[in-house]
Amino acid sequence: MPSLKDLKNRIESVKSTRKITKAMQMVAAAKLRRAQEAAEAARPYAEKMADVVNGLAASVAGSDTAPRLLAGTGSEQTHLLVVMTAERGLCGGFNSSIVKIARYRAEKLIGEGKTVKILTVGKKGREQLRRDLGAHLVGHIDLSEVKRVGYENAAEISSKVFEMFEAGEFDVATVFYNRFESVISQIPTPVQIIPAEVPEDAGAKTLYDYEPSEEAILEDLLPRAVTTQIFTALLENGASEQGARMSAMDNATRNAGDMIDRLTIQYNRSRQAAITKELIEIISGAEAL
Amino acid sequence: MAEMMQFDLVSPERKLASGQVRAVQIPGAEGDLTAMPEHAPTITTLRPGVLVTEGAEGEARYVVTGGFAEITPEATSVLAERAYGADAEGRAALEAILTETREKAAALTGPDKDAMDKIAEDLARTIDTIS
Repeated sequence: MPSLKDLKNRIESVKSTRKITKAMQMVAAAKLRRAQEAAEAARPYAEKMADVVNGLAASVAGSDTAPRLLAGTGSEQTHLLVVMTAERGLCGGFNSSIVKIARYRAEKLIGEGKTVKILTVGKKGREQLRRDLGAHLVGHIDLSEVKRVGYENAAEISSKVFEMFEAGEFDVATVFYNRFESVISQIPTPVQIIPAEVPEDAGAKTLYDYEPSEEAILEDLLPRAVTTQIFTALLENGASEQGARMSAMDNATRNAGDMIDRLTIQYNRSRQAAITKELIEIISGAEAL
Repeated sequence: MAEMMQFDLVSPERKLASGQVRAVQIPGAEGDLTAMPEHAPTITTLRPGVLVTEGAEGEARYVVTGGFAEITPEATSVLAERAYGADAEGRAALEAILTETREKAAALTGPDKDAMDKIAEDLARTIDTIS
């Protein structure tokens, strides 16, 4: 049985924990709004880009002149997994869920005899993957200094990916990130970026004149489309991170509240018991006289 | 024939302009072109240059550094890599990009260098135009 003093200290400490989690929740809520706005603002560009590239790709696909970013290297031997996680923890299962699907994919590919290379974005994923897939890590992009994710950050990642692709270091690249569904639901999603995936029904709806030629435009556009996809993934991931942190901290705040209630009851009962005990001692002392 | 058409100027990070316009002058990679309502569907890449829109409230000028434009009879969408208003702020931003491009060009050789040089040249001309 803890003493009254201990209980009191315990209650105080849980109260200050609750204050911290509450504050973190509110910070996450504010950041979430900003992140969502950023994701929303980037959407028109990404959609238009996808439209045009899909239309172009559908008409060029299959021809011998298709750029390598679209047609691939003709092999599927080496896979690059770009795993995007957060720079910080305390956001529920956010980081683990991405790492889980990335690890699952990596193990499956290794089982099939493929070569796997992993590029991590965000410190947390790297820490988790280093343990069992450390030998496959080929690079890391640190965004811990970045306050607000911009297009330049996406360009930094994509230029690294292109560099590796040009050097023939991989055949297929897939990005893993959390798609923002709502505050309580973020869906870990893999997206293949190289070679570009073209939906089956992507045939051009309108017949466009192309200036310069289709191939030249595609050559110019594909790297941008890939960068845009990475940018979208970064933004979605940012919003998801804040959403996950917000709900995790909300849970923590509520748990702390429950715990305070329980401890307070325990404290009151112990106090009452101590008082009763003293009274009994006094009364029985008086009766003995 | 429609008098006005929808015009959107978007960069990866945000939508810069959106509204009804009579005409848009676009700095295409193969030469300038002006898109008006009922223009034949065209997709063109951009070079660094000045983009002018003629709307109901008069002319608006923007500078773009590259990207592409999708023109349809009803609407024109410009997807610029980077875009700014044609003002002092845009000029400062362009100058920074120009310095960067020249540095990159200096490090390259062959056709890559020529392409980079051309971008720098276009940028310099754009800066002259708006200042």
